[in-house]
Amino acid sequence: MKTDDLILALAADARPHGPSLVAGLIGAVIAGGLLAAVALLLTLGPRPDFAAALASPRFLFKFAVTASLVVTAARLALVLSRPGADHLRALRLLWLPAVLLVGAVVVELLSVPATGWQARLVGTNWAVCLVAVPGLSLAPLALALWALRRGAPAQAPVAGLVAGLLAGAIGAFFYAAHCPDDSPLFVAVWYTLAIGAVGALGAVLGARLLRW
Amino acid sequence: MREDWAQLMCAGLDGDTAAYHRLLSELAPVLRRVAQRMLARAGQGSGEIEDVVQETLLAIHLKRQTWDRSTPLMPWVWAITRHKALDVLRRQGRRAEVPLDALDSVLEEVAAPEPAEAGLAERDVARLTQSLSDRERAVVEAVYLSGASAREAGQRLAMSEGAVRVALHRALKRLAAAYGGAKP
Repeated sequence: MKTDDLILALAADARPHGPSLVAGLIGAVIAGGLLAAVALLLTLGPRPDFAAALASPRFLFKFAVTASLVVTAARLALVLSRPGADHLRALRLLWLPAVLLVGAVVVELLSVPATGWQARLVGTNWAVCLVAVPGLSLAPLALALWALRRGAPAQAPVAGLVAGLLAGAIGAFFYAAHCPDDSPLFVAVWYTLAIGAVGALGAVLGARLLRW
Repeated sequence: MREDWAQLMCAGLDGDTAAYHRLLSELAPVLRRVAQRMLARAGQGSGEIEDVVQETLLAIHLKRQTWDRSTPLMPWVWAITRHKALDVLRRQGRRAEVPLDALDSVLEEVAAPEPAEAGLAERDVARLTQSLSDRERAVVEAVYLSGASAREAGQRLAMSEGAVRVALHRALKRLAAAYGGAKP
């Protein structure tokens, strides 16, 4: 095929097919969230004192910090998927969840005596957290990667990493409803580890799936 | 001219095949000069220039939804061109390093595109169409050989217009995959 012929064929296909990149990712986040919610309800379920816990700022903080990561990682993934975008500026989007987490840790360290730090950091359920968060994140990760295949990231593994953080944050958001450990110290260590693991998986998968 | 291109792209995204055809036709010689310069900087001969041009055109097409209409078109085009040039170099087993300043200096020179070298544009890449199924190849050929619309091609091939569009789109994705990058 000659270049002019190729152009003719491309032109005949002018109108884009399917949803836009943005609509696709939003759809993936919503569908992934629903799947993670159903998976949580069918397996671990919310913690027994869920309703009472809603009055606890520490409990609510877990949703705030994971939700902020969902939103910022989704925006970052969209930026990274556009050729010619300013990647360094885009990375600054992650400041919001980082500041929230660091701020909450500082407040916790100031409000709890040092003797209580270790118990709050280790918590009671970290092993479940490290398994459940990645588990709940698998469907969101698959959907996010699928949606981002419409994109054109300069660095496929980096885009995959961000997709993983996005999926990990969705998983963590719903796991938080079950998780009995509410201290920001626990969140900073175990949630971060679990979400980071999903991010690593996303980077490995993205390196293959998001190439173009 | 550049200001026009963004408008043509918008029209193309809205389904205006004539505007889209004009955009791609005008971009091709510019891409060819940029590719030539990039490959020369990387110490690569001219054999791969048309590969870069065609892969870039395909990528522009398949990834056209990643262009944000509120931003300038050309930085997006150059980023895709560079990505595809790196891809071609990588496949050549070269250290894939196309310095950005090489691109920048090229861009200044291509403000007014010259007539392309005819020989290059005619370089045949028949090996690529081998990756298509008979049906897909028939659709691609019907559309480009005669410049037929999807409806005309459908009548000729006894397919619905929608089926032609779907087959054409699939064929183009498969072509992109055949070049090396992603999977279909």
